[in-house]
Amino acid sequence: MENIILKIINLNAYYGNQKVLKNVDLEIYENRVTTILGPSGCGKTTLIRCINRLHELSPGARIEGQILLKGEDLYQIEPMIVRQKIGMVFQKPNPFPTMTIYDNVIAGYILSGIKLSKEEKDKIVEESLIKSGLWDEVKENLFKKGTFLSGGQQQRLCIARALAMKPEILLLDEPTSALDPVATSVIEELIIELKKSVTTVLVTHNIGQAGRVSDYTAFFYLGELVEFGKTTEMFTVPKSKKTEEYLIGKIG
Amino acid sequence: MRKDKVFKIILLLSGFLIVALLSGIFLSLVFSSIPSIKEFGINFLFSKDWDPVNNKFGALPFLIGTLLTSVISLLISIPFSLSISIFLSEILKNKLISNIFQTFVELIAGIPSVIVGLWGLFILAPFMRTLQLKLGIQPIGVGIFTASIILSIMIIPYSASIGKEVISMVPTEVKEGAISLGATEFETLKSVTLPFSFNGIFAGFLLSFGRAFGETMAVTMVIGNSNKIPDSIFSPGQTMASLIANEFTEATTKLYTSSLIEIGLILFIVSMLINILGRLIIRRFKF
Ligand SMILES: Nc1ncnc2c1ncn2[C@@H]1O[C@H](COP(=O)(O)OP(=O)(O)OP(=O)(O)O)[C@@H](O)[C@H]1O
Ligand SMILES: [Mg+2]
Repeated sequence: MENIILKIINLNAYYGNQKVLKNVDLEIYENRVTTILGPSGCGKTTLIRCINRLHELSPGARIEGQILLKGEDLYQIEPMIVRQKIGMVFQKPNPFPTMTIYDNVIAGYILSGIKLSKEEKDKIVEESLIKSGLWDEVKENLFKKGTFLSGGQQQRLCIARALAMKPEILLLDEPTSALDPVATSVIEELIIELKKSVTTVLVTHNIGQAGRVSDYTAFFYLGELVEFGKTTEMFTVPKSKKTEEYLIGKIG
Repeated sequence: MRKDKVFKIILLLSGFLIVALLSGIFLSLVFSSIPSIKEFGINFLFSKDWDPVNNKFGALPFLIGTLLTSVISLLISIPFSLSISIFLSEILKNKLISNIFQTFVELIAGIPSVIVGLWGLFILAPFMRTLQLKLGIQPIGVGIFTASIILSIMIIPYSASIGKEVISMVPTEVKEGAISLGATEFETLKSVTLPFSFNGIFAGFLLSFGRAFGETMAVTMVIGNSNKIPDSIFSPGQTMASLIANEFTEATTKLYTSSLIEIGLILFIVSMLINILGRLIIRRFKF
């Protein structure tokens, strides 16, 4: 039996008058990797931006419906608190260019003015970099700028930065789409490794990647949730015709 | 094909012309300064006597006047242009309104400086006089501080507009990175957006400093035109530019003219350096 950590109930999301998510009902299970799959423009990014309340920052954006984190309505909590509990990694690596690697990892604390002792900082930095598999590569250079790293390393730095806040959920928006195959497989292994400590929602275009790393898959088409289920089952016997067409490459 | 070539040659020639013009101005300034350089040497920069009757010339009061007015006007302008650029780039989410605002700001920069000077003379100076009376200072009205206020009004549009551009160039992903970690918009601005655009904002201030440094007409009208070293920021004074504007028609002897031109040479070199530096920083920021 799976533990539900996040429950999305009848979610509609809009940009102005354009409705980009339609009556989405979805449950995310604790310590599992859930893939959001679907063709370009179907609303994958919008969905995860609703989950950490980034969506509302876009001009004219609004939502209807409910998102519950462990039973608590996210939209009744301060957005800043929500974003500390639900971390996000973006499509393009975006370390803070003016900060060192060390400061990038604890950027969440620095930005919000949370005071930490030197020991606490060191501990968080080391733990987060170990978790994101970057420690051995950067431990000698913690006080260099993060922008000197390779694209894949920058992305893992961003993962470390999100993990440093000890989030309950980690949202990954096509985290490997800007990376080469080697860097991609490093991150895929990392996602599997992270299941022990965090729940992951992964947006991807890459069906192979969804198959390799995810336990569950939600397939979206034109803003609607078409099918949800165990990745292995959906990829072998899809219930919906649309899913099948997408999986064999007919659409998208 | 032929037309292309002709066009290219014309472009090349006009490019050369610009370079020739610039070097021509520079060289003629140098040549005309030679008598004064020969007579006073490096002491020209450190002597405070400006005495046409006895043919003694020193630039110190004007160097000080120029530095004082441009530094004070820069200091006055910083909080205003910083707020304007943040307001236009980050707070006003509506692009159209922001652009209309920016156009207004830039229109201020287009006001002929003699008009700004008139305003300073007839509105600001009397106001300063009242203020000085209240503060118990000798009520002159015009002076270093009045000129600085006028200058700051003239340079705010420059630095604000450059600041707006560079702040707008901070990538959305980087800002959202901060927001996604739980930072507020203010914290993001303070710790991510502004540090990211620091060099560009700095260059904007440098360029506007360069403007203040060389501005002539408006300053000449409100600075009080005294050739002594000012003893307070409310005293009348003189900048290099206002001195040249004031005294060029009176310069009768060769040495007098040459000294004025040497001051022009100093002004030219410093303004050039400030401009080149500012442009270099902005260029590096963009790539
Ligand atoms: N800031 C925005 N303002 C207006 N419309 C937007 C905005 N962002 C996205 N949209 C629209 O919303 C729809 C869904 O976009 P979204 O980015 O969620 O798709 P996606 O599934 O993530 O696509 P991709 O796979 O290309 O990243 C698209 O039609 C898009 O044009
Ligand atoms: Mg997307």
